This record gives sequence, C-alpha cells and structure tokens, in this order.
Amino acid sequence: MTPIVSADVAVVGAGPAGLAAAVAAAESGAAVVLVDAGAQPGGQFWRHRPETVAPEQDGRGHHGWPTYLDLRARFDAARGRGRITYLPGLQVWMAQQIHPVQGDDGGFTLRTTPTAAVAALEASVGSQTVVARRLVLGPGGYDRQLPVPGWDLPGVMAAGGIQAFIKANGILPGQRFVIAGTGPFLLPVAANIAEAGGKVLAVLESSSPTAWLPHLRAAAGVPEKALEGAEYAAVFARHRVPYRTRTIVTEVLGTDHVSGVKTAKVDAGGRVRPGTERVYEDVDVVGFGWGFTPQMELPLSFGIQTRLDADGSLVGVVDERQQSSVPGLFLAGEVTGVGGATLAVLEGLAAGTAAAGGTVSPEKTAARHRRFAEAMHLAHPVPPAWQDWLAPETIVCRCEEVTARQLTDARESLGARDARTLKSFTRAGMGWCQGRVCGFAAACLGAGPGSAPTVESLSGSAKRPLAAPVGIGELAALETSDN
Amino acid sequence: MNSASDVLVIGAGVIGAATAYFATQQGLTVTVLDKGLPASGTSSACEGNILVSDKELGPELELTRYSLGVWHGDLAEHRRLWEFESKGGIIVASRESSLASLNRVMAAQARYGVVVEKLDPDTLRNAEPNITPDALGGARYPEDCQVQPMLVAAHLVRLATDAGARFVADTPVTGFLRSGDRITGVRTPRGDFSAGSVVNCTGTWAGELAALAGVNVPVLPRRGFVMVTEPLPPMVHHKVYAAEYIDNVGSSDAGLQASPVVEGTPSGTILIGSTRERVGFDGTVSTNALRLLAGNAVALFPFLEHVKAIRHYHGFRPYCPDHLPVIGHDERAPGLWHAAGHEGAGIGLSAGTGKLLAQALSGQAPDLDLSPFAPARFGERKENSTTHREEATA
Repeated sequence: MTPIVSADVAVVGAGPAGLAAAVAAAESGAAVVLVDAGAQPGGQFWRHRPETVAPEQDGRGHHGWPTYLDLRARFDAARGRGRITYLPGLQVWMAQQIHPVQGDDGGFTLRTTPTAAVAALEASVGSQTVVARRLVLGPGGYDRQLPVPGWDLPGVMAAGGIQAFIKANGILPGQRFVIAGTGPFLLPVAANIAEAGGKVLAVLESSSPTAWLPHLRAAAGVPEKALEGAEYAAVFARHRVPYRTRTIVTEVLGTDHVSGVKTAKVDAGGRVRPGTERVYEDVDVVGFGWGFTPQMELPLSFGIQTRLDADGSLVGVVDERQQSSVPGLFLAGEVTGVGGATLAVLEGLAAGTAAAGGTVSPEKTAARHRRFAEAMHLAHPVPPAWQDWLAPETIVCRCEEVTARQLTDARESLGARDARTLKSFTRAGMGWCQGRVCGFAAACLGAGPGSAPTVESLSGSAKRPLAAPVGIGELAALETSDN
Repeated sequence: MNSASDVLVIGAGVIGAATAYFATQQGLTVTVLDKGLPASGTSSACEGNILVSDKELGPELELTRYSLGVWHGDLAEHRRLWEFESKGGIIVASRESSLASLNRVMAAQARYGVVVEKLDPDTLRNAEPNITPDALGGARYPEDCQVQPMLVAAHLVRLATDAGARFVADTPVTGFLRSGDRITGVRTPRGDFSAGSVVNCTGTWAGELAALAGVNVPVLPRRGFVMVTEPLPPMVHHKVYAAEYIDNVGSSDAGLQASPVVEGTPSGTILIGSTRERVGFDGTVSTNALRLLAGNAVALFPFLEHVKAIRHYHGFRPYCPDHLPVIGHDERAPGLWHAAGHEGAGIGLSAGTGKLLAQALSGQAPDLDLSPFAPARFGERKENSTTHREEATA
C-alpha cells in the first residue's frame, strides 16, 4: 500500500514557479505538499551542486540567485513550522481529479514514483500518493529541438542540457562548443561555458537583431533584460565569442561523435542563402535551443482549456489568479506561456496565494514581463522554412529512428496530417521519451512545409496518459479504492 | 452535390478500408468518407490481432478462417506494408481447472480444422523461457498473426485510392438521402454524396449512424486498456495469454475484467492487455484497470515486475449483444449496408469482411454465407421496435 500524504494545497515542481507557489500558499495559511523530481529545490533554472557536497554556494552563473535565496529561506522556515511537506525525488505519473460529492468540493490525487536518477543517488522516500483540495502545477519546460542532419550524433546536446550539466557538476561536458538556435537563452548558455573555461567557437542565432525593432516598447518595459544583455556582451567580448545572426547549423559533422558543423546564412523566412556555407572544425559539443516546450502532460490530463502561445507552444489558459478552466487547478510558469523565471515566480506567488484562498491583486510587473515574453517570441520565431533543412534520411524521432522521409511519406500518401496520426503510422514519438524531443518537429511535418501545428495536433502529441515511466510491480501494488 | 459512386463507405477504419479496397478490386467506383483521418477510432487503439485461438465455434470462427485465407492470399503481396507477423499464439494454463478447459477447447477447435499443438511444461518453457514457473501447460496456435492495424487501414485506403477510389477526410455524416424508402446517399457539411450503396463501417458509432437511417443496429462500446513497457531485448516471443482470456472474450459481464495478454513487438516494447468493461465512452483512466493488467502480467511473466510501463492507451471495442458482427445489406433500409460490431476481432476479420461484402455489393453470391451476420436480426425499423418495446413494457 502506497503511503498517502494529505494537504490543502499540493504543488508540483520546485523550480521558480513551484517554489514560489509553495511558499505563498504556506504563508497564506495552507498546509502544503511540494512534490519535485529533483533532489533539492531550484528546478532546472536554479539547479545547483548538491548541497550535501557544497553547502555554501555563491550562485555564480545564476540569474536571480537572491530571489532563490529569499524563496529558499521562506521555504525552509515554512518547512520548519510544519506548513510544507517536501517530497523530492518523485515524479508524478498520474494526476486525477476527485469529483465533488455533496458537501465536499472534491480535490486532486497525485500518484508518484521515485525519479530514477535520484533513487540511484540516495535512499529515496519511495512512492507516495498525494491528496489535496487544490493543486498548483509548475512543471516547467524543456528545450525545444529541431532536427537537422547529424543532430543524432553523440556530442549534440540541448542548450539547456549543457547549462544544467555545468550547474549540477561544476564542470563542462566538452571543450569546444558551437551554440545554435534562436532566442536570448543562447546567451547565458554560451556565457556559462566561456566563464567555466570552455571555448565557444560561435553562437549562431537564426533571427536578426532588427527583428526586435517593432517590439522596443515591450523591451523597454523590462529594462533589467537590457542589463543582462549588456553583461553577456561583455562576457562575449572578454572571451572573444563570435555572435552571428541570421545563421544556422545546416549539418552536424562527424562519424561516431560530433567533429564539426556546417553553417549557412538564412533569410528572414529561414531559407538558406546559397554561397554562405562555412565549416567549423574541431567542435566536440553542439548545443541547440529553439525556445522551450512547456511540459503539458499533467495539465492536459485534466482536460483543461489550452491555446497556442506566440512561440507556437501549446499552453494552458488561466485567469488572473492563475486558475485553469478546471476549478481548483492552478498553473504557473512555462505551462501558461514561456516567459522566464521572473515571470514564473510572480505567477507562482499568485497561484499559491489563490490556491490557499488568499486575495491576489493584479500584478503590473507580471504584465510587463508577459509583454516582453511575447515580443521575444515574435522576434525569435522558429524559422518557417526549417523543414527545408532536413535531408530525407535525417532522423526526426531518435528513440524509434524515424526519418523525415517516413514522416513526409505518411503525410502525403497516407493522409497523416496531425502528430497523433503520424505517430500511429510511423512510431515517431512512441519510444522512451514519448515524443518529448520530436513532438513539435513531428507536428510541424504533419502540418506540411511552412505551416505551424494546430492546438489539436500539439495536444495529440503532448497527451501522455503516463506522465512518467512507472514500474509494473508498482502498478500491481496499487490500492483498489478508486472508481 | 459530389459525383455519385457505386459504393459510399462511411468510416476509414480497418473495416471501411478493407471494404473500399475490395470494392475497387471488384471494379466498383468507391468514395470513402471519414469524420476525421484514417484509422482514428478503434483501429488505432488496439493490438492488431489476427487470432484464431480465442474464437468460439460457430459463424465467427468460419469468418476468421475465411479472413485468414484472405490475409495469406489476396493481401499477401502487401504484408510488409503493415508489418504482418506470423508470430503464433500461446495459451497458458496455470491451474488444473483452466488446463482442463483449455484441453476441451483445443479438442473442439482441432475438429474444426484449427491448427493447435498441445504444450507440456517443458515444450512451453522452450517456446517461452520467461514464462511463470507456475505454468502447468499450454497450447500453441501457429496460425495466430499480428499486424500494425493503423498501417493496414491507412494503406488499404491508399491502395483503394490508387485504384481510383476517392477519400474525403474530416467529413461527418449528418443525414441520409432517400428516394422513397431507399437510401441513396448521405448529407455532410461538405455537401451531399450519392451512391448506389452506402456502407456503414463506423465501428463503435455504427449504432448512431444506423439510427440516422431509422434502423436499430445495437453496436455498443466495450472499453479496453493496454499498457506498453519500455523497449527491451526479446523476452516474449509469441502472443501469450492465459486460459481465462477465452471465457472473458465471450462474456457479457459489464464489470471490469482483465485477463493477461502479453506480447513482444518488433520495436522491443511489450504490450500488456487487456481489460474489458462496459462503461460507455468513458475515457477516464482507471487505476483499477491498470492494477489488474499489471498484476496479471506479472503473474504470467514474473520478470515484468521490474520493468517500467511508459504509456497506456484505451480503445472501445464495437460489440453487439450477441457478440457477432453486423455484415450485409439492411433490408429495413434498402441501399444501406453495414460492416461493424466486430468487437475485439475487427482487425483479423477485416480482410474477410471486406472481401465478402465487396462480392455481395457487386451482386455476386459471397464465398461465405453472411446470413448469421444479417442486420435484420435486430428486428424491425427503429421507430417500430421502440414502439414494440414500449407496448411490451406497458
């Protein structure tokens, strides 16, 4: 029998959104359970070295570290008062709504299983079932990836994966890096590498700085972003990191490991400009980042209302209190629209307060950050012509080794126009990662060249009835109480 | 008005796809409509079974054997398109009582020409080295096969269109066109489609479509969950199920039943099926269903206890109260035909159903007598039957 932990408010995720939500809910008087896949609070954004090994950390390479320290102190205090039960190292594999019965307003059940990595590191708390009246989901997101020839070679990483590696280990995953994709996030990744002693041969940005011109008002609303930009410029100058715009990696070179990249200039639509090709040699890590994909499986499992955000991602619709279309279910952070850590904290504070029954006043700062995020998405789009970069034999789904040709054939001859049907016909997205890596790309290929995927197509690929792998022995030992 | 065709197939699941394919082979002009994309209903939420081993004696076994011949005959040249695999099925008995029932079923099936081989504990362990040490014996059915069902439906639609058929996606039927009593086509948001014959291949929705034509075709959904493991090296070599499965297939019990059906796939994942429940179209995940599936699978293959499930899916088997499909012309609504209600056997039976129906649609006598599957067995026109029931209740 799995132990059951009950609370007023359950929070999933201990990154900026979830940590803020847990703190706010506890400070509003609620009994809180915080479930997180990581071994210690911070999430991906404030991922840091194990506190058992390095108890004092100065937050070098982090942004908003004082905010983390503040939230962390309040979190520790609330735990000390017994207001927060902290369950690290657990993944939620299924979340269910308890439907209201007379005189009771229902609630939520979370079924969890130990995270493989954490379970291996230390004595895990073991699976827990969490029952709560209100639920705040702050599961964050992960790097959005677009396939190009050679991207399945060892040495190709997600830009965020490189950053997480450095933050968690304090060392680099290689020596000579090329960072490519689009968006401001490429900058801190490259800066972290350079500051840690790595050589960044180039940062390749597919968009152009002039893409920001129509959005200067939104940018001016968040002046701290300009300061961050200036910091990166200084780091790049100090370490001689070339920053090339309107440039993409057209092919990753290498036989059994990355050895170099081929690049080219592109026009505003992402079409390669002939004669601009160039080769970078002696590269051992390539980091790609095309924005982020919000982690939507838990929100979607409740059937919430969704929408397409400015970056083409599927996100949840929320009201000003961060409540989704399901009463009692609150969303914070990237699942309501990719907007960065500052916004995630503000949303988490609002969601946690609201979930605890407190009053949330409209936030001007959050509105400014949302406008900035939208401007950023519009200035750094996934290039419409990206499908042209694929060779027919380029692997799109790495788990199941499905090629671009198989996917376009399925679209053209078998009528597979959405991600779900493409998955049925080709197995793209059926492997270990369940389409987390290739889902967006496959949905684009289903939509056809130059087209963006619809809400329906993205929902079909992001619905995962098991939100995390779970042991069959564990399932066999489930209690029989429900439906 | 869209151009008229000889045959208008409603539904591009595996049954509609096979019907369309064989109708074009008969030289008929065919249009296929689907409310969504090909294979988006039960065909995409099943295990792709072509099973002889689980069939009761009677018309369904006849249709199964005929269908198997079509898979190995007419459709053999396309087998690679849909990953046709002659993997064979094994039924395992772990109790003396179920071993006795299994022996009885085997003997009866063998009399009807089903190829079945008795397995003692040693031969069973040779065939499936990871089977539970509790297994007392089993039976091997070398004729049991497997396909990738979505690819069957999609490629049969594609082969039909290559042969001149027209496929129109995203086109739900909203009503029927009539000339007097006769059905002459359908109404859709994309305009009217007229045809000499309209074939209802809408699976679990067949009852609703039939009701639009005023006839009673009681096809109902029976939910099933299937669990999928992480990819592994080959551990399960056949489709392996427990002797109790046979009892559940024919059962009319509305409650949750689960009997272990475990099989490896070419991609390395292991499929663990399957539950049977009558809960309407409720898609809510049932932890009871997952628990039963997991527990039964571990009982059959103990190594599974330490394997992870990476996803599960559910589908709705279209079934009729008498557990026989509805195949043939509906004399209560002339011009309307049905091919639906194949329950959990639709993939296997699709090839035979499509071929027989195409023969009948083109005016030939079908190779196999379709009368056991006749739609009229459900009584008079819907309005009348409703009236009759009300009178009876009163």
